[in-house]
Amino acid sequence: MTPRSYSAIRLSLMAVVVTLAMPAFAGDQVVSQAKKAFTVGVLKAKVGDTITFRNDDEFAHNVFSLSDVQSFDLGSYKKGEVRTVKLTAPGTIEVECAIHPEMKMKIEVAK
Amino acid sequence: MSQKFSSLRISLPLALLFGFFIAATVVAAESDPWLRPEVAPAPPENQLTPARVLLGQMLFFDPRLSRKATMSCASCHNPSLGWSDGLPTAVGFDMHTLARATPTIVNTSFNPIQMWDGRKSTLEDQATGPIEAAGEMNLPLPELIERLKGIPGYASKFEDAYPGMGITAVTVARGLASFERTVLSTESPFDRWRKGEENAVSASAKNGFELFQDKAKCAVCHMGYNFTDNGFHNIGVKDEGAPDVGRYAQRPLKSMHGAFKTPTLRDIGRTAPYMRNGSYKSLMAVVEHYDRGGDDKQNLDINMVPLKLTASEKADLVAFLESLTGVPPDVRVPALPL
Repeated sequence: MTPRSYSAIRLSLMAVVVTLAMPAFAGDQVVSQAKKAFTVGVLKAKVGDTITFRNDDEFAHNVFSLSDVQSFDLGSYKKGEVRTVKLTAPGTIEVECAIHPEMKMKIEVAK
Repeated sequence: MSQKFSSLRISLPLALLFGFFIAATVVAAESDPWLRPEVAPAPPENQLTPARVLLGQMLFFDPRLSRKATMSCASCHNPSLGWSDGLPTAVGFDMHTLARATPTIVNTSFNPIQMWDGRKSTLEDQATGPIEAAGEMNLPLPELIERLKGIPGYASKFEDAYPGMGITAVTVARGLASFERTVLSTESPFDRWRKGEENAVSASAKNGFELFQDKAKCAVCHMGYNFTDNGFHNIGVKDEGAPDVGRYAQRPLKSMHGAFKTPTLRDIGRTAPYMRNGSYKSLMAVVEHYDRGGDDKQNLDINMVPLKLTASEKADLVAFLESLTGVPPDVRVPALPL
């Protein structure tokens, strides 16, 4: 393997590492619902970003927010299904599962 | 001496093996998600003490906590009737019939959310709700506090339980919550089976437990040692009159219309009639309801589907449910302060 190949691999690995370290401000983020919990406690995002919620539990979940910043009700859905919301305003959005009120998270939306 | 060493050589491995077996059994029991923890959790500011439990017990059985001094907490949450009342729906102030069944308070101390519609979060928060509710005990808290202050025998009970805090709505709530934390399910045949006693339940009940977790989908909501997900579901129970909106009053979301908190199944053999409006007199009727996939199909929880259970499977489920009831504890009704 030539030094150039090594450099290419290093660059690729760096790109992967940078990508993995960037979820805080990526345009489309996925939040899993597993073991009756959101896998993220506080998510950082920007106005215009899309958040996808994926149900990885064996039973149904739900996603809603009644926050002043942005309210939405994505309804209830089964294992493997997803629901998506586009963030429209800056501020902190409190998100819950209506079925399981112990499941809570926040989305901090920057301009 | 050499003989002693020899016996030691034999008995030590045996003792270690026995110890390992006991330890493994204890660990298995502790890590079994279907076995209840020994003690109910209590917040740091209201840790259990004998004086707090005693105070709460007195308050719980004291009818002077109601406007006309005719109803105590125990009037509805009657220990002789599984800490419920045996009625389809509760009877409140002036014998007025209420819309919802009295939920048992067995193991409610493990629940992070209280009441059928989840409008209260902690036991302390819940404790004074029925006292001041107009349809229930109908006694405003300021009047309750003045009344309790006028009963000389209560002063020392409150002081013993909450030194320096006096008789207040806070100490009343904390005392009642402390007593409720001692209202726990007793060991049931199911528990004994989970701990290794093979013959504690019938083969039918064992099969019922398999069905409970699999084909009948009960464990989707009735999960864990307290047999509840502490969640809210519309399971298609019909109302005779106007539909009860349930959780929707607290969370105005479509999926919460007609949804109610999943009740515990512990001691279920003692808490008939069943469902949030007491629709069913028997466990078989409950199983039939789920087998039909509910009756009122409007806004039904998406977990609710017809189950297509056989008669034998239904009987197995009932046998399992019956195995969740332990021997009722002897409950002492205290002499009240005068």
